[in-house]
Amino acid sequence: MSSTAAALRSSIEAIVQAKLGARFDVDFGFREKPEQELLPGNIPRGAFTEIYGPASSGRTTLMFSALAYLTRQPEFCAYVDAADTFCPRSAAEAGIHLPHLLWVRCSGNSEHALKAADLLLQGGGFGMLVLDLTGVALRDARRISLASWFRLRNAIEKTPTAFVVAEEQLNAASCSAKQIQCRASNPGIRPELLAGEL
Amino acid sequence: MYAALHASGNPELLLECARYFSPRIELTSADTVLLHIAGLENLFGSPRQIAEALANRAGIPLNVAVAADADAAVHAARGISGITVIPPGKEATTLAPLPLNLLPGSADAAEALHTWGIRTFGQLAALPPLGIAARLGEEGVHLQRLSRGEAGRQFRDLMDPVTFEERLELDYRVELLEPLSFLFSRMLNDLTQRLASRALAANEVHLELTLEAAAPHRCMLRLPVPMRDSAAFLKLLQLELSARPPGAPVLKIWLRLNPVPPRTQQHGLYIARAPEPEKLEITLARLSNFLGQENVGTPKLVDTHRPDSFRMTHFAALVTKVTEPPDHETPILRRFRPPKHAQVLVAAGRPAHITCMHLKGKVLDSSGPWQSSGDWWTREPWDHKEWDIALPDGAFYRLYEDCRTTRWFLEGNYD
Repeated sequence: MSSTAAALRSSIEAIVQAKLGARFDVDFGFREKPEQELLPGNIPRGAFTEIYGPASSGRTTLMFSALAYLTRQPEFCAYVDAADTFCPRSAAEAGIHLPHLLWVRCSGNSEHALKAADLLLQGGGFGMLVLDLTGVALRDARRISLASWFRLRNAIEKTPTAFVVAEEQLNAASCSAKQIQCRASNPGIRPELLAGEL
Repeated sequence: MYAALHASGNPELLLECARYFSPRIELTSADTVLLHIAGLENLFGSPRQIAEALANRAGIPLNVAVAADADAAVHAARGISGITVIPPGKEATTLAPLPLNLLPGSADAAEALHTWGIRTFGQLAALPPLGIAARLGEEGVHLQRLSRGEAGRQFRDLMDPVTFEERLELDYRVELLEPLSFLFSRMLNDLTQRLASRALAANEVHLELTLEAAAPHRCMLRLPVPMRDSAAFLKLLQLELSARPPGAPVLKIWLRLNPVPPRTQQHGLYIARAPEPEKLEITLARLSNFLGQENVGTPKLVDTHRPDSFRMTHFAALVTKVTEPPDHETPILRRFRPPKHAQVLVAAGRPAHITCMHLKGKVLDSSGPWQSSGDWWTREPWDHKEWDIALPDGAFYRLYEDCRTTRWFLEGNYD
């Protein structure tokens, strides 16, 4: 993509130089957009990413890997937990440095969760903001208006924050820059996998 | 660091000279003035340059001594001519040649020391402290510490300590938050300007509202970092009062800011990205306002095996030491709060079928049980048999049987 843009730029400059002569220095101010930094799980910064899939498909594992990476950089992250399902012990075992994580519990109220995410995005300064809508009733998640998603997408643009929405089905439609689908592979229960808490 | 000025006969001139350099002055005696010079390095340079500036400003012959200990500076100014700068740790060496008559003390103690042949600070400093304590008591110990330049006494400020508080008695009672906010804004502007004039910030905001026919309404906002932004203080007060409004009309307002040195932060390219403390505090207050204070913060794990035990603490964007990540991978649990009650059919000692709200089906696979119990000495003991189960919906769940009630619960699912 970058080589195509560079080639296009040089050809346009050559045409204009030929028409206007050498009197003018032609500079269109084209700047190649730097490659977006990708966090673990290929989650981009400064963009709105949706992670969706059924239960036990690894959505939380994917988000936690990115949160663990960022909180250890160290950066500060926020987790807006709509259905209050976040488990601090699991998070710590996944490598998340808890003192660098702000946890916002919304007790199943998706409107409050949206409002909280909006406030945190406007405040800025977080490396990653997760809006966890898994566990929220599907009809409630679908009821979120496109205008709300657009507002969140606009708030995240041109910031270094990665904004991730976890859900069971896609809700934000074209507002999200990236969609990651998780599928359960049904590996069966292995005793060494599910070690349990003693 | 302290600087002592000593010149006989003109205390007013000494005070005027000291006031030019620092607002924190002590009139030690009629011929000696002590001033706090911490922070003057940026204006005048090294301690010696500060001492020279003081001597030049006075315009009369005087002794100037700079030391980390207040009494050491005073004694050096009284006993050594010209400018003396005592480096930290060299107080005893510098003061050693000074005569003992510079030390305060009773006539008895002075006579006893004279009888022993002690004539200088250095000789007194060299005596064994236990022997001094046995013969001269507490006074002797104090005199010896003065001679070593280790007294470490409190600075006695000439002016009363500045308080940053405002009172306002209202002509009429105020019932709404909006008119109160205007008054808060005015008071906070004055207070923050006074803080700024003294290069201070505040880490606590105290508010007391005298109410009509009700007990006073008090609140205190504790800030994670010192701030001086009146708009941020106002917003925090508004959010606090809208969350916990006073129960009656307001008659008087009392507002106080607790002064502390401002936050200093070295900016750099490689410093962690973090939310601005002032903005973050307002955002947290807004979130707490509609979600409840207990639902916003940082989880802190509690040292127990009790399931789902943690404590919420206030979130502050302060970088803490990152510990090593765990070297083993564990499946991540999403908890149901509270755990969902389930009806379970058991076959051959294992869960075989489950019915729980919207979930119903045969248990395809299971692993367990793992026994977990504790807190039997408290009123809330727990005793669980935990199972990991796979259900036909393709998901894995953690199921447990409460052995005390023999009821089954779904604790969460793995994701």
